Amino acid sequence: MTHAAVHCHLLGERAVVLSSPPPATLACQRRIWWLADALRTHGGFVDIVPAMNNLTVVLDPARHDAEAVLDLLMTLWQQAGSANPPQRRLDIPVRYGGEHGPDLAAVAAHCGLTEQEVIARHCAACYTVFFLGFQPGFAYLGGLPPALATPRRAEPRLTVPAGSVGIGGGQTGIYPACSPGGWQLIGHTELTLFDPQREPPSLLRPGDRVRFQPLEDTHA
Amino acid sequence: MLEIIRPGIQTTVQDLGRHGRRHLGIAQNGALDVPALLLGNRLLGNAANLAALEIALGPVEIRFGRDGCFALTGADFDATLDGEPAWCGWRQPCRAGQVLRLAGARHGMHAYLCVDGGIDMPLVLGARATDLKAGYGGHHGRALQAGDRLPQGAASQQLGRLGVRQRPWQPLLRALPGPEYHEFDAASRQALWQQPWTVSPHSNRMGYRLQGTPLVRNHSGELLSHAVLPGVVQVPPGGQPIVLLADAQTTGGYPRIASVIDADLWLLAQARPGSRLHFVECDLATARAARELWLRDWRRFELAAWGSGQLPAL
Repeated sequence: MTHAAVHCHLLGERAVVLSSPPPATLACQRRIWWLADALRTHGGFVDIVPAMNNLTVVLDPARHDAEAVLDLLMTLWQQAGSANPPQRRLDIPVRYGGEHGPDLAAVAAHCGLTEQEVIARHCAACYTVFFLGFQPGFAYLGGLPPALATPRRAEPRLTVPAGSVGIGGGQTGIYPACSPGGWQLIGHTELTLFDPQREPPSLLRPGDRVRFQPLEDTHA
Repeated sequence: MLEIIRPGIQTTVQDLGRHGRRHLGIAQNGALDVPALLLGNRLLGNAANLAALEIALGPVEIRFGRDGCFALTGADFDATLDGEPAWCGWRQPCRAGQVLRLAGARHGMHAYLCVDGGIDMPLVLGARATDLKAGYGGHHGRALQAGDRLPQGAASQQLGRLGVRQRPWQPLLRALPGPEYHEFDAASRQALWQQPWTVSPHSNRMGYRLQGTPLVRNHSGELLSHAVLPGVVQVPPGGQPIVLLADAQTTGGYPRIASVIDADLWLLAQARPGSRLHFVECDLATARAARELWLRDWRRFELAAWGSGQLPAL
């Protein structure tokens, strides 16, 4: 990727965003991790939120000038190295399809695959935790096979059960808590992804390597 | 202790929320109408961040466990203390055993009950605010139920009655164009600013869903997930915008057509389902000026409340 591809913009009056256009790459994400570390070292910001090949800095408008932070982000990005957080391996047991994954058929139809092929490909891939977001402990995973990419639902569900495994665009992930959500649901795990009394509260961390394991009573 | 006799539909413990944990996916939470919480706590001489009750729908009945003071701010819920009127925007003394009753909103949507010493819940992830969807904070991470007993912080000085005229609600929300604003077709950009938007009954603390002529994005490409904040107006493919609020997710993937400015977010918190809102396009300088104006009014209020007796509008 090139520096020219990256752009910076404001989000409202108290956030500044640096983003790289699709497709998301792990190489770019390593630089995003580096940038997040550099900004934490710099200090003074309300929040530093790495997301998928982009990063948002939440400012205190009483302390920061948004345009000056735009310049800081671009300057740091030019210097950005590549962060290598410690890699852990985690296996996530999943029940696919049926009541556990009500959108499995829709994903299969969209991708031109059978449900069994969707399950097999989803489990064969090794994923990297790019960042946590959306919900407490929700890990955005890079590495979804492109053949499984499926657009989000036109209208988000008002209720998605905790532990649901879904696909949203070219991304896959697990809902840690019951909530509204727009992803296509293909399966369910019983692992506790987030516990506010645990330290750290989130099971998954940026840089973790994750695999899904199909459980015996998987539908189809 | 505060004893909840009738909880209403969604009464929650809220403070100024969680900050600095968005990178873990931890939402902001906290009061939807931040100026109302600040006002209630300041009337009582509480620290700004002490927890209060956010009340969305009455009737609510609460018994005070000790002598002290309370303040009602935000929406006017037609409140009485042992049958005597308890005015919105005022602090007043109360005695142990007295019952505060909030019938229902006459104006606005969310009322705040602040008590001297605050509602003393344990800190979870840095705040006392309730996260209803994640199920932590506040009182067991849920809306209050009949019979709940909430610990109250230590009593401070005895204070007499004092009131402030709260700012009147109006339906104009100033907003800055968002990062994907220009990806919407010209008719949709015009419609955003010109058509009235009706607050959907599916609105909640995560976001207010608005109904109107659907907004159409010219780009069909999916966006990479990015951080979102309270005030961001996102547009799912159905074209009906959602204005994100305190319980909103930390990141999302829908295009961001606009951001409501901080100074006007409380207007949304006080909008009722079915009411009609208008977005008014503004720039960064206007957003800053609105913040400065609010701070100036706040300083005048502080001076008046704690320096003299005459209070300005806030």
